[in-house]
Order: sequence, then C-alpha cells, then structure tokens
Amino acid sequence: MTLRGGAATVPARLRINVPAIWILAIAAAAAACIPLVYLIIRAANADPDTWSRVLTDGTARLLLNTAALTLAVTAAAAALALPIAFLTERTDLPFARWWRSISIMPLAIPSYVGAFAFIIALGPNGSLQDLLAPLGVDSLPEIYGFFGAWLTLTLFTFPYLLIVVRAGLRDLDPGIEEAARSLGQSAWGAFWRVTVPQLRIPLATGSLLVALYVISDFGAVSMMNFDTFTRAIYVRIGTSFDRSSIAVLCLILVALVAIVLLVDWSQRRNARYHRLGGGAAKMPRLVRLHRYRWPALIGLGLVCAVALFLPIAVLFHWLSVGLQGGETFPDIWSEALNSVYASALAGAATVAVSIPIAVVIVRRPGFLSRIIDRASYVGYALPGVVVAFALIFFTLRVTPGIYQTIITLVFAYAVLFLPQAISGLRTSLVRVQPGLEEASRSLSRSPWQTFTSVTLPLIAPGILAGFALVFLTTMKELPATLLLAPIEFDTLATSLWGHQEDVFFARAAANGLLLLGCAALPMIILFGNDRGLRT
Amino acid sequence: MVSEPEQPSEAPALAAIGLSKSFGGAVAVRDASFDVQRGEIVALLGPSGCGKSTTLRLIAGFERPDSGAVQISGDIVVDDTRWRPPERRRIGMVPQDFALFPHLSVADNIAFGLRGGHRAWWTRPLRRFRRSQAPPRVTEMLELVGLHGFAHRFPHELSGGEAQRVALARALAPQPAAVLLDEPFSNLDQNLRASLRLAMRRILKAADTAAVFVTHDREEALSLADRVAVMRDGQIEQIGPPDEIYYRPRTRFIGSFVGDANIIPGQPLRGGAQTELGFVLLVDPPEHAGADSLDILLRPEQLALKQTDADDPARASVISSEYYGHDQVVRVRLPSGAEVEARLRTDVVWQPGDSVSVVVLDDGIALPR
Repeated sequence: MTLRGGAATVPARLRINVPAIWILAIAAAAAACIPLVYLIIRAANADPDTWSRVLTDGTARLLLNTAALTLAVTAAAAALALPIAFLTERTDLPFARWWRSISIMPLAIPSYVGAFAFIIALGPNGSLQDLLAPLGVDSLPEIYGFFGAWLTLTLFTFPYLLIVVRAGLRDLDPGIEEAARSLGQSAWGAFWRVTVPQLRIPLATGSLLVALYVISDFGAVSMMNFDTFTRAIYVRIGTSFDRSSIAVLCLILVALVAIVLLVDWSQRRNARYHRLGGGAAKMPRLVRLHRYRWPALIGLGLVCAVALFLPIAVLFHWLSVGLQGGETFPDIWSEALNSVYASALAGAATVAVSIPIAVVIVRRPGFLSRIIDRASYVGYALPGVVVAFALIFFTLRVTPGIYQTIITLVFAYAVLFLPQAISGLRTSLVRVQPGLEEASRSLSRSPWQTFTSVTLPLIAPGILAGFALVFLTTMKELPATLLLAPIEFDTLATSLWGHQEDVFFARAAANGLLLLGCAALPMIILFGNDRGLRT
Repeated sequence: MVSEPEQPSEAPALAAIGLSKSFGGAVAVRDASFDVQRGEIVALLGPSGCGKSTTLRLIAGFERPDSGAVQISGDIVVDDTRWRPPERRRIGMVPQDFALFPHLSVADNIAFGLRGGHRAWWTRPLRRFRRSQAPPRVTEMLELVGLHGFAHRFPHELSGGEAQRVALARALAPQPAAVLLDEPFSNLDQNLRASLRLAMRRILKAADTAAVFVTHDREEALSLADRVAVMRDGQIEQIGPPDEIYYRPRTRFIGSFVGDANIIPGQPLRGGAQTELGFVLLVDPPEHAGADSLDILLRPEQLALKQTDADDPARASVISSEYYGHDQVVRVRLPSGAEVEARLRTDVVWQPGDSVSVVVLDDGIALPR
C-alpha cells in the first residue's frame, strides 16, 4: 500500500496570544515607515514656490550625476563580479579558496575610507605622484569628480554582486552546461549561452544592492567632490532652514530609488524563477585555464591589490608617518568605544524588533504579514541622509525629548538595517518545523515558554548572524551618524570624516584602521564558513 | 478477542463529541464522535485526506473546531464557548516526524514536559561539565521504552525507531490523560514496523493511558488497536473491535478498505441468500426475505476451491495465482464473468486455467446497497 494518509498537515492556526505578536510586528513595521511618511507629508505641504525653488537646473544636474554614477558603477561592478565569480568557483585557478575569501573582503572597507585612501594615494601631490615625479610625470588624471567616485564605489561595492552571483553559480545544475557542451557548444559558448542567462536573477539581485548602495552613498561622493543628491541634501541640512525644499529634494531621491526598485521588479516578474530540483548534486567539472592562468591571476591580483591592499597600505603608511611625526590620537579609544557601543545597541535593538516581524512572516502567512514584510523594507531602501533628515525634524516636532540622543540614533539604524536582521531570522525560523512548537505546547508549555525554550535556541544562529550584520553595517554608517549623533558623541566614522576635512591625515588613517579592525570580527562570524552570507 | 471496555464508572479519558471542522469550504471533519477509556488504544483508520489528522489536531488544541466539543477526563476543554489551549489539556502528542527538539538531549527531551523539567537552555554548556542526573521519571520512561543508556544522546544520533520511542516517552512522561499518535510508523522502515507495533502496544498498555493513533494502514490498525474507527470523507463510518470491523463491516467502503473483499450479488432467501456460489448463510440476515437483491461480502479466506470437470456447468477457472509461501491468493473467474479471490493453504498449488468450483466455508455479510 502506498497511500500516505494524514500527511497533509494544515499549518497551525493557534489563535492564542496572537494579538501580542501582531501588535509588536505591526508597530515595528509602522515605525520603519515613519521617515518616508514624514517626507511625503512634508513635501505635500510644500507650497508651489518651494517646488519652483527646487526644480532648477542645479537639481537636474544632481539627478543626472546620481543616475550616471549609479549606472556606471553597477555596470562596472557586474563586469568585475561575473568573471571573478566564475574564476574562483569554476576554474582550476591556483589558490581558488584563498581568492574566494580575499575577493569579498573589500566589502569590509567603507566607501569613505576607500575614497580617503585613494585621494591621498592617487590625488594631486599624492603618494603615487611622488613616486612618479622623478620620471617626469607632473600630473595624474584628476581623481576628484566622477572618475574618483566611480572608481571608489565600483571597487568597494562589487563584492555585493560577487557574493550573490557566486551563490547563484553554486546552485546551477552543472548538468545543463554539460548538455550544452554535448550539443556542440564550446566552453566559452556554453558560458555565455547557458550559464550567464541562468544567472539573470542573481545578477539582478546583486545589481539592485549595488545600485541602492550608490544612490545612498554619501561619504565617497562627498570626499571626491562629486555632487549627487546625498551630498546636496547633507550640505543643505547644515546650512539651510528651508525644510520643505530639502524634503522635496529627498523625495526626488526616493523617487529615484523607487525607479530602480521598479526596474528590478519588472525584471523579476518576467523571469520565471526556476528552482532546480535539489540543487546541484554533482560537482561541476573545473574549467582548465591553461594559458589564461597567468592573465587571470594578474587581473585578479590587480583588483584585490587596488581594492584591498592599497587602502590598507596607505592607511598604515600615514599612520606611521604620523607616529614618526609625534602625532597624538587623543580621542581614538573613546571613539572606538562609542562606535562599538552604538553598533551593539543597534544590532540588539534591530534583532529584537525583527523577531516578531519574522515570526509573523514565517508562521502566519497572509495578507497582513505580506504588508508587514514589505513595510519593513521601506527604511532599508532609503538613503541614510534621507532617514536622518526625516528623523531630525520628526523628533524635533513630535518627541523633542529624544532629539540628538542615542535613542534617535539607534532608531535610525534600526530603520535603515531592519531587513538585514529579518532575512537571517527568517531562514532559520523556516528550518524550525512548526511540529516542534506544537510538541512543546502539548507538553504543557505556554506559547511564550515554547518560544524561549524551543524556538529561540534553535534560531540562535540566525539571531547571531543578524546581529553581526547590523553591527557591521552600523559601524560603517556615516551620514545618519553625522546628522543624528548626540553632541560630543564621536564615533570612529564621524571623527574620520572630521579629521580628513581638517587634513589630519594620520588621525584619519588611525581611525580607518581601527574601524576595519572592529568590522573584521563580525565579518569572520558572517563569512567565516566560506559559504557567503549566511542570511 | 478483545474484552469489552469495562463499564465506564468514571468519565472516559477522552471523548470527541460531534466535532466538525472545515477549511475554507472544504469539510475536513464532520460530526465525529468517539470516546476512549483509560488503558484503551483506538485507531483512526482511513485513506489519506479523510480528516484523521485534523481530528487529532482538534483534540490536541492545534485547531479550533467549528462545532462540537472535546472532553478530557470529564472536563470539556473546547466547545462553542470554552477554549483551553493545548498546554493545559494534558494531551500527549507523538507527531508524524516525532518532532524531537534537536537542541536537547534525549533526557532533556523527555524531561521537557515535566514540572521543573525545564532547564534553561543557556545552562547547557554548564551541564556538559557536570553530567547531572536525569530526574527519576526520565529514567523510568527510558526503561519503559527500552532506551536505557540513551539519556545523553542527541536526536540526530538516533535511528528512526529509537526516535519514535523517545517521542513516545516524552509524550508519556507528564502522565497525560491521553496520547495522540499521528501516523507513528509512516516514517519508519517497512521491515521494522511489525516488531515496533508490538513494542508500541506493550508500552502503551504498561503506561495505562488512553491512546488514539491515526493510520492509513489497515494491518497497523487491526493489530495494534483495541478498537478501530474507520473514517471516510471526514466522517466516522464505524467504530468497533478489529474483528467486528473486519467481519461485520457496516458499509461496502469499510468492507473493502479494511481487508481484501469479494462482493457478489445475491437474492435473500430464508436466513441467507442465493448467489452464484450457491446458497450462502448470512451473519445478520435481512428481517424479511424481500425481493430486493443484496450485496454479499466474503473474505478470500472464507472461500475454498475444489477440482472439477471441464463440463461442470458451475465450473470456474483459475486466472492467476500468487504464491506467498504461507498461503496463496488465487483469482477465479466465475461462469457469469465475475471474479473472486480465494486465500488458500499451499497444499495444492493452483495454475491458471485449472477448472475449479468455489466452496463457501463461512457465513457472508450482507451489505447495504
């Protein structure tokens, strides 16, 4: 008999204690929407004058700059990530394992630290020019402006694409490539005609991450003196009292984000999501590089050298210069402490808030939980400058007591990074079968006891991963911290910003190095298993 | 075979009273009623999707019935107005996949439902150092299920049969009013099932608890349960001891679901019926020998075959025979073209094409048409 009765278990709909979890989840998701809602209300109340003040040639130039930079960086990052993913995953490249880890490490370098390093290395009167001066090279190509912003952002964002594309490559069934080869395609032909098209979704996902990063980036473009929306908004928050026009500027930037999301969404809708049965059981045969081995190694080495070793070397160089020159670093340890403190608070708060959301999304699927899911992403898509602007004026207006306190700062971090915590929790929650929770309930444990004694220990890895990811991102965050941190509350990131503005290069370098050190710990937790993001 | 449950001087350990449940228009359970005495094992038997598992979940409190009530040890735990959550029902549950807590050792799994058995998970690293003694009840349960010495193992280190017994021990440890088992053998190796059934019955009897288990396997239901409730399309069609269900099925569906069945038409006639196989006595002959024809159920083991001449007008011919060693199942075509199966000893081995006549050894059962 092959009948299998009773296998179709209907998901538990335990209506007990539902209100509490729903209230928490709804409140958290609603809070994540505060900045956007505030902006919309603010811009909607702006009079026509404001609109005409904002919609000028200057704004058009900002729009053009931002869009051009986003496109250029995304394209370049994809052009870097695809071959690197293939080289490190599917070829007999020497030390492939090692390259795999090295090539995603630029992710740990905040774009403004990278920009700072590039400026002092490649800028006018920079290290490189000093080296080349005896050879009669008087000037290098201008690093400031579009080129510098593009170079910096490409080199420090391509790992986002790399991680996603690499995971996509791993999930592909090598059998399909083999089928293409047996149908007369060369290895190269099979790659372009079979592999790359199958990577469409990972490429789209990674490109979305990169594009959103570029649109939101504030540090690198500012240091490179390239005018984009974020920079313009930041400058105006400091100098202008015309909140409505800033709100309108913010809203235009948000519209740009929305366009990117729409493009991505339409791409996805057309692409059928093919889940390949059971993943790749077979190990793919490695492509032999033969005579391309050296060019591949050199190319990969060059990328890693510029994106990883150059910035670190420059930072060390300036640190040693400073130390020799008797430079002092008066506040660096308290700044490091502040950074760790704020990041740990942000990690803990974000994870705590994301638990009810993840539970609702996974355990109570439905219309309302879908809305909560979407709402939790709203803040994530917003640039830090925008969230900070909205929160400054929202707190001033509604809760002046917490203006410029650590509470507002942590709130901003939670709004910005909520989905990072949710995604990890979701995956580990899905792996906890509801049967376990039911078994606990039938053994006299209340829903809350069940959560603490069964669910919580089982999702602990997801909680840890979410915490580490939020910690890392918070550590690197610049614009919201600059705008929202309490007075006298300097973090490694904000004081690095101050030092480079004041041309204290040695101090900035020390801050940068310490920042990288602090960011390395969560990186090890997250990527230590060489399987990419655990989330 | 099975002693009637002793007169219920006290309330049954568990009673389902007119339970109904539908999911978005699809009726899963319809007016299901049954009760289980302490120490009794009841099987819910039926094809997949008949509502067996939903019935269990209604009793355990993981679903809320649309109407009807559940009574545990005399207390109503759910009806139209009352609701007691699963953790306060004193119902043990052995889920289909056993659902052992992967982060807890066997001993901690079993202790999970005991008062004070909960040890905070963050003390686990500490406990590694001083292997604390398991509570006496845990040791007792491990002995009961024959897993002495397994206390410190973890679920991933257990075989399927061991996991099942741990799940059973965990469910029984808090001395529940009843345990519910959802397809307890479906995740286990086919060869193990027979021996595990015996062990399961021994454990449940020793624990002296009421037990309800769900299965689609008739052999499992008939061999393990004291009473079997056959479900179809959300309804309980018959409930009774295994031999009653097998030899006196109340409906045609039950007759063919709980065992191999020959169903042949016949005309009622003085305490029996005239059929193609001759006159067959009936267990419960119809009151008045009316004109309506009947369907008569005869189990294959109630038939025998006799060699006959090729010119016998009532002769039937063997179509196929399956030889099992201890017995054989021979399929025979009657002169009318109808086919019947006979389960026979193997002293004579029949071949396709043999001319036979069919002998009815036992009383048949009249089925409502």
